[in-house]
Amino acid sequence: MRRLVYLLPALVFALVAAYLLAGLSLDPRALPSALIDKPAPSFDLPALGDVAPGLGTADLGGEVALVNVFASWCVPCRAEHPLLMRLAAEKGVPVYGIAHKDKPADAMRFLERLGNPYRRIGVDADGRASIEWGVYGVPETFVIDRAGRIRHRHVGALGPQDFAPLLAIVERLRTS
Amino acid sequence: MRVRIAAIAAALLLAGAAGAVEPGERLADPALEARARALSQELRCLVCQNQSIDDSSATLARDLRLLVRERLAAGDDDGAVKAYLVARYGDFVLLRPPLKPATWALWAAPPVLLAVGLVIIFLARRRRRAAGPAAAPLSPAERARLAALLGERRGDGGA
Repeated sequence: MRRLVYLLPALVFALVAAYLLAGLSLDPRALPSALIDKPAPSFDLPALGDVAPGLGTADLGGEVALVNVFASWCVPCRAEHPLLMRLAAEKGVPVYGIAHKDKPADAMRFLERLGNPYRRIGVDADGRASIEWGVYGVPETFVIDRAGRIRHRHVGALGPQDFAPLLAIVERLRTS
Repeated sequence: MRVRIAAIAAALLLAGAAGAVEPGERLADPALEARARALSQELRCLVCQNQSIDDSSATLARDLRLLVRERLAAGDDDGAVKAYLVARYGDFVLLRPPLKPATWALWAAPPVLLAVGLVIIFLARRRRRAAGPAAAPLSPAERARLAALLGERRGDGGA
């Protein structure tokens, strides 16, 4: 029994070490959204020139859709752009955009160069609508179900590895 | 020299108090501004994560500071402002986590660990006391040897 007491510090160390080791592989940026399963926040944003009509709460729902918060000045947005193009063109997923703190002219040039996957684009010049969405960095992508509720949130750029899982979520919501 | 150190220390302290709040963000009403500052110090900047929005110069922190002031100016109480942000960003936005079942372990850990430490100290002391009286007194022979040794050192003139 006395011997075991001497093992106690080693045991405590092992526990703490295991805990910290697990912490190393966690992404501190991947926060759960407070808005999951809640209706999309109320917002109403003006259109981006004549590129696409504006975006507001009333435009969401009816159809499973993606809402993508992007900016022309954001490099990861550029990286994920082809994936949004594929989702929109190949899979017919409606993609809506929120141009976060972007100059309309810059956003237009961005879409001219890389293609426009967005059915509607809301220009969020002061970032207030993004706050309503609980966004703390661009890009972020939300999946909206037919009832207009937020069902999934992806923080950061969508990579090729996210294509299939994201599509699976959309398909599941489409059939449910 | 001392005056200069005091001046530098005071300057540093004041710099800390200024936070990241820019002059243009401040509210005209000092009481309301003080409330906004206090509230901002309780709210996490979600970009930097370990800074309050009062300390952070991230643009989101600035937007949130302005939002806090706007809501206060509109007549919201502190709780309503916090609830507004928690509804959008979750409990993570609060630097002081709320007490609820999911955070019981978090809040209980420090007092529990302190109690465990105190119990360990108490048990160790009791055991030491129970281990019996201090070592037996010196025998006359030992005493003589000790005196000789001490005398020797003194004779050396050593420290």
